[in-house]
Amino acid sequence: MNWFDDWALPLGVFLPAVGMVLLFFIPKKNETAIKATALLTTVVTFAVGVVILFRFNYHSGTLQFTVNEQWIPVIHSRFHVGIDGISLPLLVLSMFICILAVIYSWDHFPEPRNPRAFLALILLLEVGMNGTFAAQDLILFFVFFEFVLLPMFFMIGVWGGPNRQYAAIKFFLFTLFGSALMLVAFLALYFLSKHPTFDMVQLAKMHGEGIAYGTQLLVFGGLFLGFAIKVPIFPFHTWLPDAHTEAPTVGSVLLAAIMLKLGTYGFVRIAIPFLPRAAQAWAPWIGLLAVIGIIYGSLCCLAQRDMKRLIAFSSVAHMGFVMLGIATLTNFGINAAIFGMVAHGLITGMLFFVAGSIQERFNTREMSRLGGLLTQAPKLGWILGFCAMASLGLPGLAGFWGEFPAILSAYQPAGNISDITFRVYMVVAAVGTVLAAGYLLWMFQKVAFGTPKDEFKDAHIHDVHGPEWIAWTPLLVLIVVLGIYPNFLFKVTDPAVTRETKQVAAVLQQANRPKTEAANR
Amino acid sequence: MNPVVDYHALAPEIVLTATIVVVLIADLLFPERDRWQTSRIASIGVLGALIPVLTLASGVFTDNHFVARSMFGGAYVVDEYALVLKGFFLVTTYIVLLLSIDEIKEGDYYQGEFWYLLLSSVLGMLIMSSARDLISIFVALELISIPTFVLAGWQKHNSKSNEAAIKYYLIGVISSAVMLYGMSLIYGLSGTTMLRGIFVYLQHAPDLGLILVACFLTLAGFAFKISAVPFHFWAPDTYEGAPTPVTAFLSVASKAGGFVALLTIIFVGLYPQTDGWQPVLWFLAAASMTVGNLTALRQNNIVRMLAYSSIAQGGFILAPLAVAGGSSNHGRDAFQAVVIYLLIYGAMNLGAFAVVIAVARRTRSGAISSYAGLGVTSPALAVIMTIFLFSLAGVPPLAGWFAKFVMFRALLDAGGSWAVALAVIAAVNSVIAFFYYAGVARRIWFDAPAEGATAPRIPAALNLSIGLCVTAVVVVGVYPQLFARLGDVAARSITG
Repeated sequence: MNWFDDWALPLGVFLPAVGMVLLFFIPKKNETAIKATALLTTVVTFAVGVVILFRFNYHSGTLQFTVNEQWIPVIHSRFHVGIDGISLPLLVLSMFICILAVIYSWDHFPEPRNPRAFLALILLLEVGMNGTFAAQDLILFFVFFEFVLLPMFFMIGVWGGPNRQYAAIKFFLFTLFGSALMLVAFLALYFLSKHPTFDMVQLAKMHGEGIAYGTQLLVFGGLFLGFAIKVPIFPFHTWLPDAHTEAPTVGSVLLAAIMLKLGTYGFVRIAIPFLPRAAQAWAPWIGLLAVIGIIYGSLCCLAQRDMKRLIAFSSVAHMGFVMLGIATLTNFGINAAIFGMVAHGLITGMLFFVAGSIQERFNTREMSRLGGLLTQAPKLGWILGFCAMASLGLPGLAGFWGEFPAILSAYQPAGNISDITFRVYMVVAAVGTVLAAGYLLWMFQKVAFGTPKDEFKDAHIHDVHGPEWIAWTPLLVLIVVLGIYPNFLFKVTDPAVTRETKQVAAVLQQANRPKTEAANR
Repeated sequence: MNPVVDYHALAPEIVLTATIVVVLIADLLFPERDRWQTSRIASIGVLGALIPVLTLASGVFTDNHFVARSMFGGAYVVDEYALVLKGFFLVTTYIVLLLSIDEIKEGDYYQGEFWYLLLSSVLGMLIMSSARDLISIFVALELISIPTFVLAGWQKHNSKSNEAAIKYYLIGVISSAVMLYGMSLIYGLSGTTMLRGIFVYLQHAPDLGLILVACFLTLAGFAFKISAVPFHFWAPDTYEGAPTPVTAFLSVASKAGGFVALLTIIFVGLYPQTDGWQPVLWFLAAASMTVGNLTALRQNNIVRMLAYSSIAQGGFILAPLAVAGGSSNHGRDAFQAVVIYLLIYGAMNLGAFAVVIAVARRTRSGAISSYAGLGVTSPALAVIMTIFLFSLAGVPPLAGWFAKFVMFRALLDAGGSWAVALAVIAAVNSVIAFFYYAGVARRIWFDAPAEGATAPRIPAALNLSIGLCVTAVVVVGVYPQLFARLGDVAARSITG
């Protein structure tokens, strides 16, 4: 199967594009064929992912399935893709969620319908997301990173809620601004490094050698802005509640489950290994913004009346835990962060699905108007409860393994990052988990407990049905499986993360040594 | 002494000149209802002129020892740079012809003269690509400009069109005069009109204020041609008043002609005197992007918006030149960036104008609000317009991203605080620019169509031109090496 190793990633990235082109050869009226083609495309793409899972070497921690071909020789950029334990879970998650998105869409097309265009956008999104996780060349990464903006822009703008135009433009402008600075930072990395290259593997090996320390701090700042807006880290998060609230259900799911991870992935893959010394200097500030995000996001949640907006703000809080883990620069912290990314993808994706289904049934997401879901649609109600528990980090479910180790890792950050500072962060983050329990249970209580409000008393609310079961069951199962046996995921990520953090630690040790010696004297 | 004439090297110009003559005669002989046939002759002539460009260029990509053909004592040179741009001008013209055919046939215009004037202007562009001394550059520039003065006023009975022509003419003549004065000073100082000679003179020139004045006046003249801020006032009025195919021609081909002149005169002639051109261009670039973008934000007519956006794009194209003087390496990067940007800009801007023409066939209006609901009434056209708009905004994976990328690359390669400052200005501006491009996309997709709106009927020629542009934009966006290679080859022949 050697040919497979050479073709796995190009197939995994570009198959959805092929499927999208096929969609436009099917007459618009033949909706079943359109849906089937889209579904088949995502399933075949995922099948490629599954084969990758089987053929992946889980012990090595190095890049696998690499393809390195000429692309734009004039600017020395190559088509270089490859995956390791850090990108593999995210890539497969992306392939997986896209199938569920198509299944859920089956009979849930938001107005103004047009299934062909909607499914085409999902497939286009998948190209961008898969490509970002596979890219090993900065320019290629940039192209894929930006590529996701267009489909999401149209998904929000055309199929979104009442305030969709504002949300779509805001979403695009924020991310575009970040990525303009990110591109400048990429170019600076190219021109200033000891050996000019866009190759991410080589840049990670150089650790910013040849770049003056002050400049490193600035370049890291550019990368930080680009990724932080995407994550989003407080105070760059303001686009997120609008985008999430206005986006159609599937858009919110894809946004929460995968697109937010592009930012955190950028930190793990690019910012930290490329410029470890700058990362060390920036870490306390990133950690600070992360814990502010945790508390601020949680408090905002408590003030929401719209269920979807509440879930959106809870994303800000959850991504705060992920960023806190990353900011420690430790093996433990980054492993936790990747686990947190996957868990958040599964759980929050699921929450958005449920919120979408509730809105479809009641035509509102206003929590004060909802109530008694457990009596009217018990299965839907219990699924919501289950997701709320998972999201607040109940041990035994996936959410726990993202939050808890991230908090623990803050006890002792890497290099000469101040322990005291991070221990304070640790305490604050722990308080955040209490708040999380607060707002999630509050939401669950408002929506599911009690009796239905008068206006919906006699309404016929149908419980979870076919496509919903098919789309949700895998997510629910995974949330439990990863919760009970987290090693499934840690086993995948650990070798690659260890490799990276060891190198980072070595660089930091080298850089910090002269200072300590001077202090001893 | 008889100059040696290399007929192969001159073949594109000769074919085009012959076509011009044939078009004129045909216009004289054909009866009124067959006049539209002249457009066919013009199209065939343009494609015919492309053949010698290809045969001349065949050596460029196969072996690296391409020998430039130099004539008239080095005043006229056919090198890789000239060939790439000649090819660009001819292809652009062909697309403009496709855009114009039905527009001219259906409007109440004088057909034969239209093609004659258009081709004359293109002849000027071909000469410009090869011109290497001040006199031939000036002659080429006038040959480009004078026919376009007439073309801008083509709608005789439309007062806006008349205003457009007069404005364009007056400002064009003044700028020519200013430029000519600057050139005369350069000649007076260096004693030669050959750019190579000027280069040598400037390398060892005494420290004279007059040199700076001469450079400044010459550049100011070009700034009018490329409608750089603050010399841009004619552009929006002229663009709006002129028939739209002519506007497309002005904003792409004729503007590119100005840029080519600028590239040649700076890299072959003024290069050593960096103080003479770098600060001026820095200011022009920064002002053009900022003013162009901010004004474009407020437009509600699509042609005016595209006019201001093309001023802003002009600023982006100029930016790398403003920092090209550091070393020959930086110069080469900047040169490459300008050529690549021009090629990509041509494809996406022409495409956008083609869609504007197509949409106006139904709405008879240039108001941006008339694009409301285009996504419902004619989805294919809407998708294509969206591709052009986002390409102009520089969103990957559409060709525009690569144009912006090479610009940033050249700026950051040059380094230093001035270059970085310009890069930051450009970055902020590309975000602003997105806002108005997306504004049109928003109309197209997010707004409901007007009552009774239908899809426009698009003639085959227009369809072909749109198809060519959109293919170029998508293919180059995914595989930028196609144009990057052309830019690289062109840059190597001039900057070594």
